[in-house]
Amino acid sequence: MASIAKSWLCASCRRKTSVSLAAKSRYSYSTASRHDRPLRMAVVGSGPAGFYTAYRVMSKVPKTKVDMFEALPVPYGLVRFGVAPDHPEVKNCQEKFQEVASSPDFTFIGNVSIGNTGGHFAGCTIPLASVLHHYDAIVFAYGASKDKKLGIPGESGLQGIYSAREFVGWYNGLPEYAGLAPDLTKGDEAVIIGQGNVALDVARMLLENVDVLRKSDITEAAIEALLKSRIKRVHIVGRRGPMQAAFTIKEVRELMKLNRVGFHDIDMSLMPDEISKLPRARRRLMEIMMKGSTANVDEALKSWSLDFCLSPTEFLGRPDRSLESTVFERTLLSSPFDPSSSVASTTEKLTIPSSVAFRSIGYKSVALPGFDEAGISFNDRKGIIDNDGMGRVLQINKDESSGSHLPGVYCAGWVKRGPTGVIASTMEDAFSTGDAIASDWNSAAPFIKGESSSGWEALRAGVEHGKCKVITWEDWQKIDKAEKERGLLAGKEREKFTSTKEMLAAAS
Amino acid sequence: MATPRSLVRSLQSLRTPSYQSITHIRQSAFSSRSKIRSNSSLLCRSRAGVPLLRPFSTSPRCQHGHIHPPKPGEELYVTFIDKEGKEHKIAVSKGDNLLDIAQAHDLEMEGACGGSCACSTCHVIVTEEDYYEKMPEPEDDENDMLDLAFGLTETSRLGCQVVMTKELDGMKVKLPSMTRNLQASDFGSKS
Repeated sequence: MASIAKSWLCASCRRKTSVSLAAKSRYSYSTASRHDRPLRMAVVGSGPAGFYTAYRVMSKVPKTKVDMFEALPVPYGLVRFGVAPDHPEVKNCQEKFQEVASSPDFTFIGNVSIGNTGGHFAGCTIPLASVLHHYDAIVFAYGASKDKKLGIPGESGLQGIYSAREFVGWYNGLPEYAGLAPDLTKGDEAVIIGQGNVALDVARMLLENVDVLRKSDITEAAIEALLKSRIKRVHIVGRRGPMQAAFTIKEVRELMKLNRVGFHDIDMSLMPDEISKLPRARRRLMEIMMKGSTANVDEALKSWSLDFCLSPTEFLGRPDRSLESTVFERTLLSSPFDPSSSVASTTEKLTIPSSVAFRSIGYKSVALPGFDEAGISFNDRKGIIDNDGMGRVLQINKDESSGSHLPGVYCAGWVKRGPTGVIASTMEDAFSTGDAIASDWNSAAPFIKGESSSGWEALRAGVEHGKCKVITWEDWQKIDKAEKERGLLAGKEREKFTSTKEMLAAAS
Repeated sequence: MATPRSLVRSLQSLRTPSYQSITHIRQSAFSSRSKIRSNSSLLCRSRAGVPLLRPFSTSPRCQHGHIHPPKPGEELYVTFIDKEGKEHKIAVSKGDNLLDIAQAHDLEMEGACGGSCACSTCHVIVTEEDYYEKMPEPEDDENDMLDLAFGLTETSRLGCQVVMTKELDGMKVKLPSMTRNLQASDFGSKS
């Protein structure tokens, strides 16, 4: 028989109970590694990948000390700046991150970027080489900070074309895009290029009743702009078909259920005949697209469609340089019902009137300054740090052969596997990196040979000078509190500060 | 006609005998462990199953709902089979859900969304179909999340949505091994 757990106390309550010293010594040394000192680990980035990796390593390697560097004064990365405001339940993972951050072995170092000398970050900068000197291990979990471009005529010259990254950052209060002020009043048709979940988020923001969004932590500026919006018709356009689409069912279902928002029937020729024979997830996704919206298109206030097999070729503008329409070329799927079907172009053109267009074709990671000097291999084509799949970063190899692991250097999240997947996938991915670090530390694997492993204590003197303000976890809690108080006044959960200046002011 | 569901079921029944023989062997090895465990009931267990003091969390975490201690004589039993194949039989009360139960007993179940049916991190696999059939059908929301779960089976559920009832007394659920060894091929172009 398996053992029967006798205690009815929940784990957190049990934790409060004091433990005898004998029991403590017996177990705290049982997992001792060849090292007789704590593992000093730097984590670059404070999104889910960074926190889940820190959590995993701290659970598996006792006495690990983690310093987490964040370029912005506020933590949580895309949980704060990416997850849609009307998905508050997805943000519940922050509770776990708070638990990690409350450890005495964890230090949050906000408003400090690594190797970033320019750009929009107004905070402090530490060269990568200095960081490497003071840690046993470093984990790059800084995500994907750029977006892919279409590279078609009109893309950069016309007004009214936004990247989904900018737009999402704007409505979520990302300081970098606080001043975006998208103009949604030029006409009633919008085009979203790309068919992933970010595209559906953007569509939902344009179609959803503003009174529903108002209660979320969306910024006031976004509420104002959305109130003025004249958009009535949203096209979500993809190069391939429904069987190849990247979005997931939850997001489609939400759009289908929107009050007084209709869905235009999809092109049935792209649907396989026997949907019941498809694998479960794909089958359910096809079924919901065929079933359509709750609201009738003819009676709806707003409507949307999934326009398949169209590849954008050009943006056309009015004389005043504002966007008028988007030109697409029809594509041909080599095998329409194969999820990995390739696509070929045809010469047939289609023009969709569009007063505003959003480019939502994916995010891209970029290398940090100092990677080359440190021998870190960054794959520009894939937009990821080269790694062994478990998060061990590979060395730059001159002879083109696959490099070996750069001791002590790891990566997790989107910068490791590319910008796809939900938080659960990033968690799994971060756990695999955490497991790799723990297993390397507990084996004979080499780590960074720094002059010491004194971490932040050694670095901080060089950082905290002049106008550079480092944000601690306590500082962040002040910002958090101030944002919640602002939210209370506006009748919502939180009113975010949208500039680093305001954030720093709230922290002082 | 062989639907995918019936196919998976027939595969499971084929696998059952060998699976049981493995657990028998594991259980005998486990019984000696359980003694250690009962001695150290005050200690938290690490994710790897090694008992240790949690190196962090100075304050108790509060994101999971509390479970209710079962009244004597009214205990219901549920057995979790963890990723190493070890069985943990737990006495629980009617009305508690599997996510809360697992977290209260330090089993490796994450519950990233706090039990609000917005992620798939509390995915469990009901090992016996009879028990699966006794549960109310999953709602669309739960199925939508299960569609994204690693290692989805025909008897998969989200732990946060499975509430213990008398009918489920004696049920066994498996925590799916979610380690996904990403290989270079996984990084193939997405376009």
